[in-house]
Amino acid sequence: MAPEIPDAIIRVRDISVRFGTTKVLDGLNLDVKRGEILGFVGPSGAGKSVLTRTIIGLVPKISGSIEVFGIDLDAANAAARRGVERRWGILFQQGALFSSLTVRQNIQFPVREYLNVSQRLLDEITVAKLGMVGLRPEVAGRFPSELSGGMIKRVALARALALDPELVFLDEPTSGLDPIGAGDFDELVRTLQRTLGLTVFMVTHDLDSLYTACDRIAVLGNGKIIAAGSIADMQASQHPWLRQYFHGKRARAVMG
Amino acid sequence: MLARRNQLWLVSDRFDKAVRERPDICFRTANQARGGHLSGDPRLERIAQGEGLALCAAGNWTARFAPMLERIVSDAEKLRGSRPHIFIDVSQVSSLDTFGAWLIERLRRSLSDPSVEAEISGLSANYSTLVDEVRRVGAAPKVSADPLSIVGMLEQIGRTVAGVSGTVIGLIDMLGAVLAAAANVLIHPRSFRLTSTVHHLEQVCLRAVPIVVLITFLIGCIISQQGIFHFRRFGADIFVVDMLGVLVLREIGVLLVAIMVAGRSGSAYTAELGSMKMREEIDALRTMGFDPIEVLILPRMLALVLALPILAFLGAMAALYGGGLVAWLYGGVDPEAFLLRLRDAISIDHFIVGIVKAPVMAAVIGIVACVEGLAVEGSAESLGQHTTSSVVQGIFFVIVMDGVFAIFFASIGM
Repeated sequence: MAPEIPDAIIRVRDISVRFGTTKVLDGLNLDVKRGEILGFVGPSGAGKSVLTRTIIGLVPKISGSIEVFGIDLDAANAAARRGVERRWGILFQQGALFSSLTVRQNIQFPVREYLNVSQRLLDEITVAKLGMVGLRPEVAGRFPSELSGGMIKRVALARALALDPELVFLDEPTSGLDPIGAGDFDELVRTLQRTLGLTVFMVTHDLDSLYTACDRIAVLGNGKIIAAGSIADMQASQHPWLRQYFHGKRARAVMG
Repeated sequence: MLARRNQLWLVSDRFDKAVRERPDICFRTANQARGGHLSGDPRLERIAQGEGLALCAAGNWTARFAPMLERIVSDAEKLRGSRPHIFIDVSQVSSLDTFGAWLIERLRRSLSDPSVEAEISGLSANYSTLVDEVRRVGAAPKVSADPLSIVGMLEQIGRTVAGVSGTVIGLIDMLGAVLAAAANVLIHPRSFRLTSTVHHLEQVCLRAVPIVVLITFLIGCIISQQGIFHFRRFGADIFVVDMLGVLVLREIGVLLVAIMVAGRSGSAYTAELGSMKMREEIDALRTMGFDPIEVLILPRMLALVLALPILAFLGAMAALYGGGLVAWLYGGVDPEAFLLRLRDAISIDHFIVGIVKAPVMAAVIGIVACVEGLAVEGSAESLGQHTTSSVVQGIFFVIVMDGVFAIFFASIGM
């Protein structure tokens, strides 16, 4: 088991998740430190997205406990849960933008729900958020169906950041982006993390992201965390999957 | 550079003294003024600076306090005027996020004028990146709301009317495409999708039987009851059988069933095709060398064209049965008399007139549903609009077709 981290923003203890008869997560433990970018890797179908969705409460677990911001999500009442939800932002794999709302309305939606601010401030904040994710203000009037894949990811990130959360979940943020776009996105996450002091929980397959954006890496296998640590720790690991992952053809290419 | 920094230090030094000694104006919210002062609440204080203006921000400048911050900042923006120097000190701010950073930046911009640039001082290292970022990206957006003008309304009406011809052309286009696909299937029978057709037949016919039979049965009961109730005054109870027979077989049976099918299956077709369109499944089919009309639409159309006559027949029977039951129990017309009268009142012509309309109405419903399904664009809203439009148009065309048939049969004397 990973050593206890005192100032953990997410503390996952012994959680198990089952779909039908298959056990996807089996007694998993994970801590995420405040202010870090945690890269979360593992083979396809290992349950990376399932863990993310379990932490944010979309998938029911059969055992274990999850603490976010020091609040036990099972014990929390509705108001406390809402408080927690206000403090995190989530970027879904496909963006999950509301298709019938424009980009502007998508970004303003959570703000309007939680804060009673004027339309002027909403519009100004929208422009600022769009600028932060590298989009021009003209995009604001478009609908999600009129955006490219990379723009959807950026708008979804802007929406996830709309309420200035302390914690952001990114589910494969760079999948489906070209390498340059993916590199920009990593850079963006890094910059935002620095400027806003975010904690980032990033599920990814992208080796480049792991090298350039992440402070720490956790590896999922057989329903458990099989390793957690810096990129150097990962490279030194003798675990067969890790050896293949970090010393395979693609990894060598990334390391140049 | 050094001189300027020194000056900033001096100002900031003076701030500290001034804050402790005599805040000049304090921008606070009503809550704070009433004495409900919380240490975390954001504040902005003005410090006497001779000719110049110095503002000192303190507390939490974060999203949680955004409504409060907005009021504070818009009050402070009224201090705009020509001054030799303007400073906003943020050294007392305990936490800052995009909302706070933007509001400070907005205040700085609105206090600045061409001759004097307002400056932000006392920024700690970890917040300066954020403020720089906001300064880089933030701009007052130009929101141009569409003015509600008469010209705009007229334009909207014009576009809608012009769109009608587009709709009709779209329907004819789809009819042609479906017939071409059907001809192709006749030439190459192996390309016919039997499994798919049977599947859709089950969906639109077999599974629709209970609801169609139930509703037409009830309608038959109601027609019979109303007929008896009103005819009884003239002692013409038995003529209810004539009315029921003609009405059900010629009109109500098929029309009612067609409307139900438009609502039930037309909407399903539109939603299915629409969501396939949204997820690029139809494009995928096309790129694999399949014709979406042949693969998706022809089996659906065929299923509907076969299903509607069957449902119309079952519906007519259920309505006659319901009518007969009510005539017997409520009107005292026993089943034997009912059947005798029915045999006299109606001929096979009535039945043919009704059932011939069914496949045509099915084709109209199917074509409308498929055209609308393929017209769906990226959003969930568009899917909803087209599904609604499919049902509304389907029912409209069914009734129009019924009228056309009525004129036709009347003129050939059937």
